[in-house]
Amino acid sequence: MQRHLISAADLTRDDAVLILDTAEEMARVADRPIKKLPTLRGRTVVNLFFEDSTRTRISFEAAEKRLSADVINFTAKGSSVSKGESLKDTAQTLEAMGVDAVVIRHSASGAPYRLATSGWIDAAVINAGDGTHQHPTQALLDAFTMRRRLVGRDAGLGQDLAGKRITIVGDVLHSRVARSNVDLLHTLGAEVTLVAPPTLLPVGVETWPCAVSYDLDSTLPKSDAVMMLRVQRERMNAAFFPTEREYSRRYGLDGERMARMPEHAIVMHPGPMVRGMEITAEVADSDRCTVVEQVANGVSIRMAVLYLLLGGNEPAVAHPSPSSESRTTEEK
Amino acid sequence: MSKTLIRGAKVLGGEPQDVLIDGTVIEAVGSGLPTEGAEVVEADGKVLLPGLVDLHTHLREPGREDSETVLTGTRAAASGGYTSVFAMANTFPVADTAGVVEQVWRLGQQYGYCDVQPIGAVTVGLEGAKLAELGAMYESAAGVTVFSDDGKCVHDAQIMRRALEYVKAFGGVIAQHAQEPRLTEGAEMNEGVVSAELGLGGWPAVAEESIIARDVLLAEHVGSRVHICHLSTAGSVEIVRWAKSRGIQVTAEVTPHHLLLTDELVRTYNPVYKVNPPLRTERDVMALREALADGTIDIVATDHAPHPHEDKDCEWAAAAMGMVGLETALSVVQETMVDTGLLDWAGVADRMSFTPARIGRATGHGRPVSAGEPANLTLVDTAYRGRVDPAGFASRSRNTPYEGRELPGRVTHTWLRGKATLVDGKLT
Repeated sequence: MQRHLISAADLTRDDAVLILDTAEEMARVADRPIKKLPTLRGRTVVNLFFEDSTRTRISFEAAEKRLSADVINFTAKGSSVSKGESLKDTAQTLEAMGVDAVVIRHSASGAPYRLATSGWIDAAVINAGDGTHQHPTQALLDAFTMRRRLVGRDAGLGQDLAGKRITIVGDVLHSRVARSNVDLLHTLGAEVTLVAPPTLLPVGVETWPCAVSYDLDSTLPKSDAVMMLRVQRERMNAAFFPTEREYSRRYGLDGERMARMPEHAIVMHPGPMVRGMEITAEVADSDRCTVVEQVANGVSIRMAVLYLLLGGNEPAVAHPSPSSESRTTEEK
Repeated sequence: MSKTLIRGAKVLGGEPQDVLIDGTVIEAVGSGLPTEGAEVVEADGKVLLPGLVDLHTHLREPGREDSETVLTGTRAAASGGYTSVFAMANTFPVADTAGVVEQVWRLGQQYGYCDVQPIGAVTVGLEGAKLAELGAMYESAAGVTVFSDDGKCVHDAQIMRRALEYVKAFGGVIAQHAQEPRLTEGAEMNEGVVSAELGLGGWPAVAEESIIARDVLLAEHVGSRVHICHLSTAGSVEIVRWAKSRGIQVTAEVTPHHLLLTDELVRTYNPVYKVNPPLRTERDVMALREALADGTIDIVATDHAPHPHEDKDCEWAAAAMGMVGLETALSVVQETMVDTGLLDWAGVADRMSFTPARIGRATGHGRPVSAGEPANLTLVDTAYRGRVDPAGFASRSRNTPYEGRELPGRVTHTWLRGKATLVDGKLT
């Protein structure tokens, strides 16, 4: 494993499978009465959020606390950043405090990369979403969810997603989730198809390791998983598509369309969902929709990433023995 | 005034000759010129060029003296072999009145490292709405002949038409920063494969090309001169080539960095590569080199854009656009044009001195290296190769994309009207 996790593209197949397998071990912790491991005791992790994201921050915080790390939450609002402090100054302040890892969310693409490579800070850097660039832990939790559903929880251990057909639908242009998923799913052997109106596909998408289609209906019957992306409200008035109604008609997922998917196929969404536009309530609330599982799996994935980046070279979860059980219990 | 004999210099890259400077002018060019009473500079096969002329420099004074001043900028210019620079108008206050352009011009005169020709803004405050007092700036002591809203595009077609028409009265030229603003909203780098991968807002080539196409047609329609700043795409080259073939009065410039660097470098997210127009693709770079060689692109201009350290030592989105260029321009041109066989030194003299002086009507600059001409000269050690170390820059800012890169060529001497401003690589 590398020292930082900036982009899903940086992960090899073996790295990714190791994270997924480690996350399965972490997930077992959630089944215990005491959902806590001593693994990162004495380590300090900062959640450095320059952009609002309650879901991702809470997910990371839960993962850090389950690993017994000391957690510092830093939000830009009301902080020195709002008084004009730069990312560099903030980083150096954290460096002086001796933090071991920084989980960074930033509206600027590349900010985590700069943080990791510019010498401002020595801590491990985990990208929790940067601009329209990458959100690697989201891609990992999505792949984890797919592997569990499409390969199997235990059967999936050591396995990748070879041959699985994944369709990603919606605002690819502005989506770090789409970028991260294309990179990771390709590494894991899946066949990815992006479906969107041409206005919501980036120039240069033809070089990505995936297929591209403007036609959702023809893609659905060939999909093992369909991932709907959130369409941001601010795009409505920016001429990316004529009306919400037209978008919904051409690219929204409703019950009728879901019926064209293979029986085993799942529906995914990184959340938060805009019900009625990109996904109907009928689909969102169906058994095939994995949104809630994705949230739960996010904690396991983030535990695995933190553990592996911060030097985990032993099994992440000690197999139950009287002594290890008692240590775990002490950590509550 | 004393005499200087430059001995054994390859004038414009030709056979070694001696050049005798007497006072402010070149007294003689030939072989075995007498050395009596003259300070002798052993050129030893170095290339002697007419003093370079930069049609596109940002000196930042008034208003952003933390980035650059007329003094530090002209010292940087002399270090790079320049004897004349045209200072862009996007200062604070904007150079849109006779008062501001005269201030900049006088500072250049006062310091004496390099002549400073102010460029006047086309529109008041660079806002694109109302023509600035172009005639008053022309009639001022600064004698402004080039007008530009550089940093911004004169995007309103009617304003651009009026500006082109108006400056005909005194032979002015409008230098256009070609950037269609709506097509570049949120743009952070070249739009293409790399921007898609990095998730950075794309600056499409068509945003430059569509404005150039419009402006050459406007220039043709009103019979005026338009100069296109910092061409960056292969498509722009084709439009300028077409316009010239049609007889339209268009000239164009390319920066050294667009001749060498590509958007692949942005993968580092290092803001030192953030520039406007952005670094483009390898295909664009090759097209620009060919166009400079065949004369479609008339000149090299630096777009020297100094910024303080803190404006670049940050995340990409927050960083300022631009890079310094005066002190490395000639080396980059040697690397990309001379050492590749695309241009000889006479061609470099044309693209970096004669023609920019002609476009900007810089009196006394861009003149032949011959007897009776002003002694504005630059001596270059073309055999030198070394790594760029910005710590030695005369510019107040250090935002160079070439730090640590090995480049050829080193300016050893610069003379402004016979007075040495740079001797053995050191400013006087």
